[in-house]
Amino acid sequence: MESLTFNIDNGYLEGLVRGFKCGILKRDDYTNLVQCETLEDLKLHLQSTDYSNFLANEPSPLQVSTIDDKLKEKMVIEFQHMRNHAVEPLSTFLDYITYSYMIDNIILLITGTLHQRSISELITKCHPLGSFEQMEAIHVASTPAELYNAVLVDTPLAPYFIDCISEQDLDEMNIEIIRNTLYKAYIEDFYKFCEETGGATADVMCEALSFEADRRAFIITINSFGTELTKDDRAKLYPRCGRLHPDGLAALARADDYEQVRAVSEYYAEYKLLFEGSGTNPGEKTLEDKFFEYEVKLMVNGFMQQFHYGVFYAYVKLKEQECRNIIWIAECVAQQHRTKIDSYIPIF
Amino acid sequence: MGYLAYYSGTSVVLSVLTLVGLYYLLTDQGYRVDFGWFLEETSPYMWAYIGCSMAIALSVIGAAWGILVTGTSILGGGVQAPRIKTKNLVSIIFCEAVAIYGIILAIVMSNIVQKYPSDADDDVIAANYAAGYKLFGAGLTVGFSNLFSGLAVGVVGSGAALADAANPRLFVKILIVEIFASAIGLFGVIVGILQVSNAKMGEAAGSG
Repeated sequence: MESLTFNIDNGYLEGLVRGFKCGILKRDDYTNLVQCETLEDLKLHLQSTDYSNFLANEPSPLQVSTIDDKLKEKMVIEFQHMRNHAVEPLSTFLDYITYSYMIDNIILLITGTLHQRSISELITKCHPLGSFEQMEAIHVASTPAELYNAVLVDTPLAPYFIDCISEQDLDEMNIEIIRNTLYKAYIEDFYKFCEETGGATADVMCEALSFEADRRAFIITINSFGTELTKDDRAKLYPRCGRLHPDGLAALARADDYEQVRAVSEYYAEYKLLFEGSGTNPGEKTLEDKFFEYEVKLMVNGFMQQFHYGVFYAYVKLKEQECRNIIWIAECVAQQHRTKIDSYIPIF
Repeated sequence: MGYLAYYSGTSVVLSVLTLVGLYYLLTDQGYRVDFGWFLEETSPYMWAYIGCSMAIALSVIGAAWGILVTGTSILGGGVQAPRIKTKNLVSIIFCEAVAIYGIILAIVMSNIVQKYPSDADDDVIAANYAAGYKLFGAGLTVGFSNLFSGLAVGVVGSGAALADAANPRLFVKILIVEIFASAIGLFGVIVGILQVSNAKMGEAAGSG
């Protein structure tokens, strides 16, 4: 019955987001971009796509970082427009999407403050989707408890911070642990929200979020080899809303090297395929690339159903991937290093 | 929580009805539950006008619901693809047609209703009662079939608008689905017309 009542509140926004999705670059556009010789060429080719004149007012010579900022800005404007028009429960859903950017921003600011960078410089590097009012106040915090009391308690991220509060000073190791603990609490909360919404939203989003949770578990495990992170601490960082919970996560917690992680993935059909095709030899895709490809496939499938909120999440993720693709091509073009220019991930 | 309220409410209602029924049955008062008395005592005008109101009201609900589902999608899709605006008005027109079927039948039905004297012959009274029931049935037929037809056209029209915005060649194909959805409303109207075709009220009802 969702098809009968969904359009009352959300019909216009779904039509709008599908219009935006039609503007995502296709394979032909990427073929054109790959053939560019300079960044000015790239700008010219982008003018004939949905991006039109977004770089019109930039002074030449064009920088890759400017292109990155402007691409993000366009996506953020579209997202903010939709968020402003949304009512409950879509507005809560869109807010959940912004929380992951907020977490990244907080960690960026804390790390930057630790390295004695100025706060104004750091604010410009933050992702605009994840901005919140107390961002400037982060530099006063030197322990997680202070961070919570001064800054986070008024933000929507406050309930995620419960597990992180301690009196230890913030340093490199702790910051990564804080990032992963916040993210774990956030993704489990988001998963619960989507499950409660039910219907096609739960179908699309629970699959996407469980893949995201499992991907984090794999990446945390692989990145923790050779660091001081103990296995118990590592096990506390795994989000539990994915397919790997509980057996796969227990096995990952015991893993000591890449081969054991690969062995864990053998038990899960989708992840086995991702690990099989990847490697660090030239000509093979890296594991990160395979994860991105799988995510793109899930997000494209999200558009196959109508009358659910997953299209908004899928749109944000696909636009992010498009940004990454364009910046990859732009970097290759700018540095005239064209051997791996075809390593972008085509979306449509 | 919602399930608890639903189940407890339903079970209370059902048990009250069962107890009342059993009371009448077991105290030898079964004759007092008399459907025949109910049908004789209620006026055919009540049945006729309920039928008439159901015909127009349910058709309009179906049409309105369909228009709201389709219209919002056309508006949303039309932002990035303005060319879909005019073509997709066809979906709205299909929804509207459903309301028109309802009003045609409601007008036909209300023209049939006439006064009859209470001291008329038995066959005149019988014909009037029969007409009341026919109009009631026809009203429900048309009302419900138009309600669901309107809903179906609406949901399909929404998909048609969004598909058209993505790929213009799809619109005509999806329109065929909408035509089928609209046809079921037409079936309801045809059956409704058949049902009211020989319903006659008034003094001359019994003859012919």
